[in-house]
Amino acid sequence: MIAELGHFALVLALALALAQAVLPLAGAARDNQAWMAVAAPASQGQLLFIAIAFFALMQAYVSSDFSVAVVADNSNSAMPLIYKAAATWGNHEGSLLLWVLILAVFGAAVGTFGNNLPPKLKARVLAVQGLIAVGFLAFMLLTSNPFARLDPPPADGADLNPLLQDPGLAFHPPMLYFGYVGFSMAFSFAVAALIEGRVDAAWARWVRPWTLAAWIALTAGIAGGSWWSYYELGWGGWWAWDPVENASFMPWLLGTALLHSAIVVEKRDALKSWTMLLAILTFAMSLVGTFLVRSGVLTSVHAFASDPRRGVFILFLLVIAVGGSLTLFAIRAPSLRDGGLFQPISREGSLILNNLLLAVGGVIVFLGTFMPLFADVLHAGAISVGAPYYFLIFNPFAALLIVVMAVGPLLPWKRADLAGALQRLTAASAATVVAAGLVWWLKTGGPLFGVLGVALGVWLLMGTLVEYGERIGILRAPGDAWRRARQLPRAAYGMTLAHAGLAVAILGMTGSAAWKQEQVLMMRPGDTVSLAGYDYRFDGVADVAGPNYTATRGTFTVTKDGTPVTILHPEKRKYPVQGVPTTEAAIHTNGLADLYAVIDSPDDAGAVSVHLYHQPLVPWIWAGAVLMALGGLVSLSDRRLRVGAPSRRTAVAMARA
Amino acid sequence: MRPKRRRLVFVVAGMALLGAAAALVLYAMNDSLVFFYSPTDLATKQIPAGRMLRVGGLVEVGSVVHDGDGATVHFRVTDMKTAVPVVYKGILPDLFREGQGVVAQGTLGADKTFVAAEVLAKHDEKYMPKEVVDALKKSGRWQEGTTQ
Repeated sequence: MIAELGHFALVLALALALAQAVLPLAGAARDNQAWMAVAAPASQGQLLFIAIAFFALMQAYVSSDFSVAVVADNSNSAMPLIYKAAATWGNHEGSLLLWVLILAVFGAAVGTFGNNLPPKLKARVLAVQGLIAVGFLAFMLLTSNPFARLDPPPADGADLNPLLQDPGLAFHPPMLYFGYVGFSMAFSFAVAALIEGRVDAAWARWVRPWTLAAWIALTAGIAGGSWWSYYELGWGGWWAWDPVENASFMPWLLGTALLHSAIVVEKRDALKSWTMLLAILTFAMSLVGTFLVRSGVLTSVHAFASDPRRGVFILFLLVIAVGGSLTLFAIRAPSLRDGGLFQPISREGSLILNNLLLAVGGVIVFLGTFMPLFADVLHAGAISVGAPYYFLIFNPFAALLIVVMAVGPLLPWKRADLAGALQRLTAASAATVVAAGLVWWLKTGGPLFGVLGVALGVWLLMGTLVEYGERIGILRAPGDAWRRARQLPRAAYGMTLAHAGLAVAILGMTGSAAWKQEQVLMMRPGDTVSLAGYDYRFDGVADVAGPNYTATRGTFTVTKDGTPVTILHPEKRKYPVQGVPTTEAAIHTNGLADLYAVIDSPDDAGAVSVHLYHQPLVPWIWAGAVLMALGGLVSLSDRRLRVGAPSRRTAVAMARA
Repeated sequence: MRPKRRRLVFVVAGMALLGAAAALVLYAMNDSLVFFYSPTDLATKQIPAGRMLRVGGLVEVGSVVHDGDGATVHFRVTDMKTAVPVVYKGILPDLFREGQGVVAQGTLGADKTFVAAEVLAKHDEKYMPKEVVDALKKSGRWQEGTTQ
């Protein structure tokens, strides 16, 4: 009964989405206030019905109603409650429902809190959101109904894939979706502005918080996914350039570019058409990601079981959304006039370079992701594109981007003195050279990219700190620095935190890629092996029982020069329902490095295969990502964004001032 | 600087960056692409030793042997027509088992043994890597619906 209610709520949501898509658009074109006024309540109603559907499905999972097909396929009565709830989005149908739920949340947020938007812009934005919702609700109802029943229902469910029964996996997909779907706001605002034919500073000020919120969620989601793959898959790595990872990375790259170019639109009334294009392409990449995960066109570890019919449908949506908006862009973009003039060497210029580099990075990842598909279509053989491709091609551009990143914030708007800016970075340059030299000396014979990576990380970190130090005048007038620091807008703190976070993350990535040490061997109880200065004594294995699995748990006593450091308990778990084993890595971190141990099932004599890793600096990757997301949050809390842009006229006047 | 001239500067800069990316892609393509071979391809085609490549098929039933050191594993990957011996040092993925689909990445040794640097078994046991399906189809041993 509840499942049918959910299904019915979805159909009602589709009907409301249709109304929300058509009426306000027509109303805005014909100056009909009543039709335009439909948009906001429709968006709220749509949220209500989709939320009903979502919680109906979650209720089916939590109460283990195995007459619902997706529950029978992806849940089991023995699962802990939290995974029963999280299983709601651990499959194609449920995750799609989460997707539209988040879409509806964003739409309703604009409908409810967007009272300071000009009525026409608001109506059009909500109409475009409604169009997207129509596409995805139709997709769900026609090809992937989450409420389909089974008759007769099975006695128990087939269990959730054990790899997904993990807190990391329970919570990173919602973050990722929040990011993907959040970029739909930038898209809707761009399309609405193109229909209106007007883009100004006020527009950028309305778009930025939404884009920023999506960016924060996507950053957190990507980092969470990478953390999950690091500790749950037991392979000792944290990023595999897998198509699905790339699917989240491409919108991140373009979204980052969009965040920066929107600043130029807001402050300088320039780069309008480029920003429109970025807003469209960022959301297009989110759709491409959805297509990649669900169509099964590319072999990937995370792909949901493939169904060509679904792939075709999403491809169709993609073509309409991207094709339609790009056509609109081609018609309207030439009429967008940029206001602010500037020299190539200026803050604007450096932000354009940032955008170009991020866009080229996006193209490289796109090519790498789709190359196997192109090769297959062209009968050029089955190929795969892995880490070496990205290492050789993506990294040089990323490195260039980092170099520019330290300089850009020091340049003033309009025109700048590059030599002067570089001079202010003397201390940063010196620190970089010292750090690189130190690494060269300490890690003689290590890979060259280790030296370069550390140099880049230190350069960016120091450059960011120099910029912050200059802003608060820590050297010029130290007595006044505290007052200045408190008066600095939060957006400035956001930038400092996010840029410093990236620097920290780069140091982490470099450390783990350049100096990871590992050892694979067979160990018997009592055996000791040493790795990177630590001695690992294997004390044997014991069987332990979990709620819905049994595990073999190994015990390692780790010592350094005789002093105990930690005890590691890696596990090999078996989930009887699916008969699938999973690996639980044991990780001990001291902030500078991770000690990481994985075991295989023991043989008859009690000996096990052991894989030990020593991972220098790896925790910094996630510490850096947390800093970046935090920077985004701080920037989002800036008063200027919250109450900003009360009216178009004042905002434009402020931008001109 | 006039807007037109300024735009030109940025278009040229963008083109230069894209050009550099394209040049890098072409330059690195040969070394960084990994081609996929079926076991039959490996046995019949000329393949330069030391080139990174992938082989995929089913793990031959009864072929998995662990060495005395416990860390080295030998097994054969088959497309039901030809089988190639594979040697791998490390812990096999959780879903690796006899009779299941597998993809190994590594190099072909002089004695035609495939030295795997990486063994990939898919995370979903119902799911067969597309390359493996194609390899089995090519050898005529793929039966829709039953092998899966």
